[in-house]
Amino acid sequence: MTLFGDPAIWLPLAFAALMGLSILIYVILDGYDLGVGLLFPFATPDERDRMVAAIGPFWDANETWLVLAVGLLLVAFPLAHGVILTALYLPVAIMLIGLILRGVSFEFRVKAPAPHKWAWNTAFFAGSLMTATSQGWMLGLYVMGLDYTGVNVAFAAAAAVFLSLGYALIGAAWLILKTDGDLQRKAVAWARRSIWGVAAGIAGISAATPLMSQRIWDKWFSVPEFFLLAPLPILSVVLLAVLWFALRRLPTEDDEFAWLPFTATVGLMVLAFVGLAYSFYPYVVPERMTIYEAAAAPGSLFIMLIGVLFVVPVIIGYSALAYWVFRGKATELRYD
Amino acid sequence: MEALDTLLLSRIQFAANISFHILFPTITIALAWVLVFFKWRYNRTGDYDWMRAYFFWVKVFALSFALGVVSGITMSFQFGTNWPGFMESVGNIAGPLLAYEVITAFFLEAVFLGIMLFGFRKVPGWLHTFATVAVAVGTLLSAFWILVLNSWMHTPQGFEMRDGVAHVTSWMEIIFNPSMPYRLIHMLLASGLTVAFIITGIGALRWLMGDRSHELRKTMRVGVWMAALLIPAQIFMGDMHGLNTLEHQPAKVAAMEGNWETRSNVPLVLFALPDEAARENRFELAIPNGASLILKHSADGVVPGLNDFVAEDGTVEHPPVAPVFWSFRIMVGIGFAMLALSWAAAWAMRGGRDVEGLPRPLLWAFVPMALSGWVATLSGWYTTEIGRQPWLVNGVLTTDAAVGDVAPGMVMSTLISYLVVYAVLLVAYIGVLIYLTRKQAQGNESEPRRGDDTGPAINPVPAE
Repeated sequence: MTLFGDPAIWLPLAFAALMGLSILIYVILDGYDLGVGLLFPFATPDERDRMVAAIGPFWDANETWLVLAVGLLLVAFPLAHGVILTALYLPVAIMLIGLILRGVSFEFRVKAPAPHKWAWNTAFFAGSLMTATSQGWMLGLYVMGLDYTGVNVAFAAAAAVFLSLGYALIGAAWLILKTDGDLQRKAVAWARRSIWGVAAGIAGISAATPLMSQRIWDKWFSVPEFFLLAPLPILSVVLLAVLWFALRRLPTEDDEFAWLPFTATVGLMVLAFVGLAYSFYPYVVPERMTIYEAAAAPGSLFIMLIGVLFVVPVIIGYSALAYWVFRGKATELRYD
Repeated sequence: MEALDTLLLSRIQFAANISFHILFPTITIALAWVLVFFKWRYNRTGDYDWMRAYFFWVKVFALSFALGVVSGITMSFQFGTNWPGFMESVGNIAGPLLAYEVITAFFLEAVFLGIMLFGFRKVPGWLHTFATVAVAVGTLLSAFWILVLNSWMHTPQGFEMRDGVAHVTSWMEIIFNPSMPYRLIHMLLASGLTVAFIITGIGALRWLMGDRSHELRKTMRVGVWMAALLIPAQIFMGDMHGLNTLEHQPAKVAAMEGNWETRSNVPLVLFALPDEAARENRFELAIPNGASLILKHSADGVVPGLNDFVAEDGTVEHPPVAPVFWSFRIMVGIGFAMLALSWAAAWAMRGGRDVEGLPRPLLWAFVPMALSGWVATLSGWYTTEIGRQPWLVNGVLTTDAAVGDVAPGMVMSTLISYLVVYAVLLVAYIGVLIYLTRKQAQGNESEPRRGDDTGPAINPVPAE
């Protein structure tokens, strides 16, 4: 096979695919628990406990996909890792502090004395907000080429708002799936309010990327690519319509279709991600450095690939086990 | 000047991050195995007190684990934000080792943690036991890969340099580099001792608060025996590690001993103020021939001195002396305090005297010693890491060559933010530990005294 002929070609490609997959899984999985954190101020104290119970057994593993994604960037594309992370120095630091606050609040809010609980609830919300907005900011700035110009900063700010709304949507959709009663009804209302932001965000980024770069414009708006790619925007519109319609009707009497908003939101995220990945390939630093220029030595990539290919199916297997054990509506989390 | 500021600030920031981070893995690595032990005892005996001990300590584990995860994520980003030169130069070696740490270990821990923490009533007993073991194996693998990389940075081998970039020639040589076995075992024992003293420290506090439960007696016995057995092993292992360092990084050992001239009959310096400008020790208090005896096993053994590591033009090529000298002494001092306390306690508890046998001053001594493992582990790491300077990878890459081009003001602002967050979290962590301790002590005090009851029959199918 010619594809596997030159390891300097297919190894970087394989790692780019793995890194992309990790980012996508991260955005979906940690997206829903960050989203639940963003919705915290709108819930009553009892509801907050149930919301945490809905994500408690999963968040640790969800966040680990970020470590894998940045780890793959670090180890497979060491040159790009330095360029990207030094350009995003401050937002990365804000995100990390956000992740710290969010992560430890899970533990502290249930273990600290009751009078201190409000402080950890606040830290949980603040941490989720810092993480979501800084990730949106980084996405916006990355899409615009990592330069701090007026337009780019405005775009990054808008992306920060839209990604937070996207996380709020998938968080609400997760709650629709994992809770019932008043909280579920509330979650449906939250989802309805955030869906517009998500639509605007996807449209905004879809419009901005081809306008930013002639290369990306040509990749989308030439024949036959234009027709081959048409399913992406069409499916996105269909999914948005399904979501909008479902949120009018939910919750149903017998809890049918509670899975639909979450599934549709995941679908939207996958489509948006595929579009972005198609636009930016083969660049890892937009318009500056390709994955082939940034890649580590083929020998080192190969030894990592063996490990990754052996372990990723195992990870997916026991993640499925964890989700199976904690399936159904969320119940109170107990150690004993 | 500007580059120097960024360098110094980045080093302080990395030191702050990694110091904060290591506190929590130091607890979780060994505490995970203690939890496996509790679960195993419960499975074997059906004595529900072991599960009570498990549920109390699993809370401490969960809290420590969360702090370890979030501070660990910070570390993986720091390589890129502050030290891009590290991955550019030795990324082909550091990359796969870090990747193996993440993929084999991190996920094993994080995924099974949910079942371990919240799954006792949801899954069969064998699966809960399995999840506990999986988390313990995960923390161990995590430690293994990280210590492989760290040891390689001290004693690099198995690679060749091409155009300033390290390329692998032998993975076996990289993984089993000369200092790895010593450093790994030294760190695992340090983790065991840290946990042993946290268990006994919190246990002693509960006892002093009036808790006389069987669960507490069991954990106290486990903690005291763990401490008493591990500390001699650690002192022996530390000595072996020192000899290994003497072979591969003599400048570090010279700084640890505060020895300036290469000579025979070197004394063991107990106290001194090393003066790097005058290149001598002030107010020295020493045991004649001590260092020669320890390092060379003969009174006239020749021990390398710091003055051998100054270039012709006066450039200093050895680590800063005072921090290495002092952190080493703090570590060793705590080690001997641990020995004295744990053996005294084991003696006092002999022959069924149990916790009642411990005199009150001894119980009170255990309470502050709960944090002794942390202090000793940190001083040990400062000894070895500051002792590696001015190298980042010994003989391959200097620290100042790896630092990123970030404005000092930026590094300063993030450094201050991290320090504030870490200080708050550390206070909160210790506060919650004390709160949980008090709650547990009060809960057990108000409960009726139990004999051999087996607790509520909620897990009728113990594993095996």
